[in-house]
Amino acid sequence: MELTKDEESALKGEHGEIMQMAYRILVATGEATDAEKLVPIEWAHLSGVNYNTIGDAGEEFLSSISKHARVKVKTSLNPMGFDIDNVSNYDLNDNFISKQLSIKQSYEKMGVIPSFSCIPYEIFDIPKGGTQVSFAESNAAIHANSFDDLKTNKESAFSALASALTGKSPNSALRKETKPNLTIRMKVENPNELTYGMLGFFAGKVGNESVNISSIGNMDRRSCKSLCGGMGTSGTCAKFHFNEEETNSETVDFDEQELNKVYDELNTSDKGDLITLGSPQLGLEEISDLTIRLKGKSFKKRCMIFCPRTVKEQARKLGHINKLERAGCEILSDCCTCLTPLIKKEEVDSVTTNSIKGAYYLKNSNGVGVNLKSLSEIIKDETR
Amino acid sequence: MKKILVQGKVKGVILKSHKPINFLGTVNKKTGIISDETHDLFKKTIKDSILVFPYGVGSSVGAYTIYSLKSNNSAPLAMICKKVDLTVATGCALANIPLITISEKDFILLENDKKILLDTKSSNPITFLE
Repeated sequence: MELTKDEESALKGEHGEIMQMAYRILVATGEATDAEKLVPIEWAHLSGVNYNTIGDAGEEFLSSISKHARVKVKTSLNPMGFDIDNVSNYDLNDNFISKQLSIKQSYEKMGVIPSFSCIPYEIFDIPKGGTQVSFAESNAAIHANSFDDLKTNKESAFSALASALTGKSPNSALRKETKPNLTIRMKVENPNELTYGMLGFFAGKVGNESVNISSIGNMDRRSCKSLCGGMGTSGTCAKFHFNEEETNSETVDFDEQELNKVYDELNTSDKGDLITLGSPQLGLEEISDLTIRLKGKSFKKRCMIFCPRTVKEQARKLGHINKLERAGCEILSDCCTCLTPLIKKEEVDSVTTNSIKGAYYLKNSNGVGVNLKSLSEIIKDETR
Repeated sequence: MKKILVQGKVKGVILKSHKPINFLGTVNKKTGIISDETHDLFKKTIKDSILVFPYGVGSSVGAYTIYSLKSNNSAPLAMICKKVDLTVATGCALANIPLITISEKDFILLENDKKILLDTKSSNPITFLE
C-alpha cells in the first residue's frame, strides 16, 4: 500500500502512539484487503460497545486509549448491553453494569456521539451521494452501500475506530465500482419483512463483495432493514445491486425451497416465551406503524422492543410510548436483541421474533430457542 | 502469498502449530498458555515465541486478546501465517507485534525450535540463525 509522507511519519510514531497504532491498523487492514492507498472519510460508525461482546480485554483497551485518543470525524456508536433507565428491571450483575458504563465513558471521552444505535442511517442526516464513510456495524454498512448512496468497507470494530481517529480508511474493493459475483432471482411470492430477512441471509452465504438481486419488488423500510440485517449476519458481502438485467454469468433462484432451508436453520421452536422486535433497532416510522396496528390490542406475553434513545424520545412526545406500554410492550433504548445480556437461557426457553439477525444470535450466542414469525403473524397470534 | 501486515525486526525461536488459532477463548491472556486440549500447542505458552500458524479463526474480538497478551507481557515476539485474517492482522496492529504471511513452501521450512531473525524491511524477511 502506498502511503503519503504524512501517513508514513504517523506510522513511524512521529504523531504519537495513538496515531501510530491507528495507522498500523489501517495498513494491516489495507494490506489484508488489497487496498492501494488510504482515502479520507467523513463519518465513522463504531462497533465493539457491548460488554457482552468485547469483554474485559476490550474494556481495558478502550479505557487505556481514551486517555489520549480523540476522534477526528463525526463518529457514532453501536448499541451497548442495556438501557440504564430500566436496567434494574433485569437481572444484570453489578460487574456487568460498571464495566459497560466504563466502556460508555471511554467512548464519550474520545468524542464519540453516544448514539448507541445500529441504525445510524435512520437517525442521522445522510451526507451527499458518494460520500466515503466507515461503518463497522454490518447491517449499517450494507444499508449505506445499497440504499443511501454512501461508500464503506464492511469495517471491523478496529478499522472503523482507526478511521475515526485518523479520518481515513483503506480504499478496498467496496469503495470502488463493484461488480456483483452473481444474481439472485427473487422467486418467493407475497414477501414480508421476514421473507426479505431470509433472502438477505441466503445472499450473504453466496455473495462475495456484492450481489445483485432481481425481481426484488417494493420493499418498505422495515423490509430493507431486514434484508440488510439478514445479509450482514451470514457472510462478508456488503452491497446489494438491484438490476433487472442479469449480466453476470451466474444466476441462482431464491425460491420456496431455499426459503424453507433458511427457515429450518434458524427456526428451532414452534412458540416463544417472549417476543422481541428490533435487530436492527426500530425507527420512528416502525414504532408509529406498530402503535396503529396494536390499537385496542395487548400482548399476551412479554414483548421487548428495541429502538435508539432519540427515537424513543420522539415517540414519547407523539404519545406512542404510552400506548405501546399499555399494550404490554417493554421499550428499551441504547441496546438491541443482537447479543443482549438481558435474555438468559436459564430464564427463557425460546423467543419469538421477526428478525433474522436477532434469531441467529439468540440461537448461537444466547443459546435459546427461536420461533420465527412476521410482524403481522406476531400481532395476530400473540395479542388479544 | 507474501505480505507484510505489521512491520518490525525481531530475533526468536519458532513455536509452530499446524492448526489455526482462535485467540478468543483458547489462549490465556495473562500467561499466553493454550488451553484448548484438542490443539497441538495445548499447555504450551506462546509468550516470547515467533508464533508460526496457518491463520486465525473466530470472533474479531480475539484482536483484543492479542492486545491483552501484549499488555501482560505474554505475547509472541512476532507471528507468521500462511493466510491473512483480519482478527490476527488487527490484533497484531493494536499490539505492535510484527506479522507477515508467507507461501506454503516457505511455511514448511519453518520448524519448531529453530532460531530466526525476522526483518520486515529486508527483501528476504526470514533469516535462519546458526
